[in-house]
Amino acid sequence: MRKRVPWMLALPAAAGFAFLVLPLAGLLVRAPWSTLPARLAEPQVLQALRLSLGTATAATAVCLLLGVPLAWVLARVEFRGRRLVRALITVPLVLPPVVGGVALLLVLGRNGLIGRHLDTWFGLTFPFTTAGVVLAQIFVALPFLVISVEGALRASDPRYEEAAATLGASRWTVFRRVTLPLIAPGVLAGAVLCWARALGEFGATITFAGNFPGRTQTMPLAVYLALETDPDAALVLSLVLLAVSLAVLAALRDRWIP
Amino acid sequence: MGRRAERSGEKGVSGVGLAARLGVRRDGFRLDVEFEVGAGEVVALLGPNGAGKTTALRALAGLVRLDEGWIELDGRRLEERPAEERPVGMVFQDYLLFPHLSVLENVAFGPRSRGRSAGEARKAAAEWLERVGLAGFARARPRELSGGQAQRVALARALVGEPEMLLLDEPLAALDARTRLEVRSGLRRHLADFPGTAVLVTHDPLDAMVLCDRLIVIEDGRIVQEGAPAEVARRPRTDYVARLVGLNLYRGAGHGDRVALDGLELSVAESVEGPVFVSFSPAAVALYRTRPDGSPRNLWRSVVESVEQQGDRVRVRLGGPVRAMADITPAAVAELALGPGTEVWASVKATETHIYPA
Repeated sequence: MRKRVPWMLALPAAAGFAFLVLPLAGLLVRAPWSTLPARLAEPQVLQALRLSLGTATAATAVCLLLGVPLAWVLARVEFRGRRLVRALITVPLVLPPVVGGVALLLVLGRNGLIGRHLDTWFGLTFPFTTAGVVLAQIFVALPFLVISVEGALRASDPRYEEAAATLGASRWTVFRRVTLPLIAPGVLAGAVLCWARALGEFGATITFAGNFPGRTQTMPLAVYLALETDPDAALVLSLVLLAVSLAVLAALRDRWIP
Repeated sequence: MGRRAERSGEKGVSGVGLAARLGVRRDGFRLDVEFEVGAGEVVALLGPNGAGKTTALRALAGLVRLDEGWIELDGRRLEERPAEERPVGMVFQDYLLFPHLSVLENVAFGPRSRGRSAGEARKAAAEWLERVGLAGFARARPRELSGGQAQRVALARALVGEPEMLLLDEPLAALDARTRLEVRSGLRRHLADFPGTAVLVTHDPLDAMVLCDRLIVIEDGRIVQEGAPAEVARRPRTDYVARLVGLNLYRGAGHGDRVALDGLELSVAESVEGPVFVSFSPAAVALYRTRPDGSPRNLWRSVVESVEQQGDRVRVRLGGPVRAMADITPAAVAELALGPGTEVWASVKATETHIYPA
């Protein structure tokens, strides 16, 4: 016999589900399906798409290079203040991205604490450049990768690393030949999550890198802008982002959806 | 075994083999043991769970830091070296074969890490797989192996680097009874061929007796008894060892041909003075429902605590005044109508007792 679900629970549950799904359904209903292929081929759309894919991929690559070692240190090295370091790493997760953009400007902007010297010494400036977009994306996406990889490291059996050490492997060899292959699925999941977050980045990007088509105007920025001038273009770009999100979800379904 | 024991006797002179004092403190637990193992000798660290034997092995491997003490192998000090710089091979309890590498790559991992070329490492690994009879499994993944095969791969992986010391942590514990027998004899052969020092941790007395030249019994982080397997089996010195080898053991004060235990005085077959151990086999204990006629000299009243079948014998545990185990036939159990709570008379002949200094 099936147990009855009390309406005090069933009703809010249904409302919550509808609230999450209806807007997405609306997107699909209102989409200009007939002109979609032509729309997708428009230069502005392609430009934003290319820029977004390129910057998100570059940001993910940098996140892997910095984030995996950071996660390893957090998971495998005992040091004073480890909890504090971990807490600081998670700040960008909860920080409004706009605030992140402001912070990046203050430090790496043309007159920023470090940016000033980068400009005078190397002629290097980030605001209003594609590199600035990548920096903003790294800032918001890196915590996702670190948390994900650290979780994988904590779940993996450290005794494999001990076995490798007794076989004469240095810590670097152990990491390269044992640890990394064992946590590869976790690293991959972290990278996908990181990439998706970088792709959707808006607040920090527009604050730090500005909104120049072809240089810093990524898809989320283009959506926001197009909404005023060309709502159909905004819809098309939104559909692309939705499709990418669904693809990410599908890629990770084994890990997060039981 | 005798020849090996002789070689171990030479240890002090030649400086070959292991000499160690292992002091490890961890919250609430303290390990402090000192022992030597000769080259070619196989020593078992035997003890109950939590006694510190695995900690001792990990300290030798460099996986646990010594708080005090030293490790000297073939004349060189090891205690300051990290695990990867010690000439040691280790077989872990659940083998820990790398799941993402093939069997061949697992065995080649050590030589490769120690700087040999990929080709050389694979060649050495292939030779060792041949030696453990698994040449056909080179390309298999560890998960495709049976427990016994995984154990042999782990042994090959530990030995391929020609370590000076081989450490084995419960090498047979993960196997079922039938595989165990087979793997044990294979392991015994490899240990006999191994020229270096071998230390094995186990809580199984049979593994220890079959595989080792010498036993070191560890309880609560200390060595409580040490000696050749036969010697330890014949003359246990703690309740734990007595239980392992299946003997009744008591400590008492000897005077003439009598030994005063706590709550009972026993006649023994030889003349003794001072603190002694008395041991006798459970099979030497006779049980009666009524006081037997022509009463044997070592006779006491007791109460049955439990009765359990063990093979073709029945083991009867007796409560005070001295706790004892008696092995009798199932027929005798039926005849005496024994069960928990039954009052019985127990006796043991003086000639069946074994006396040695405490």
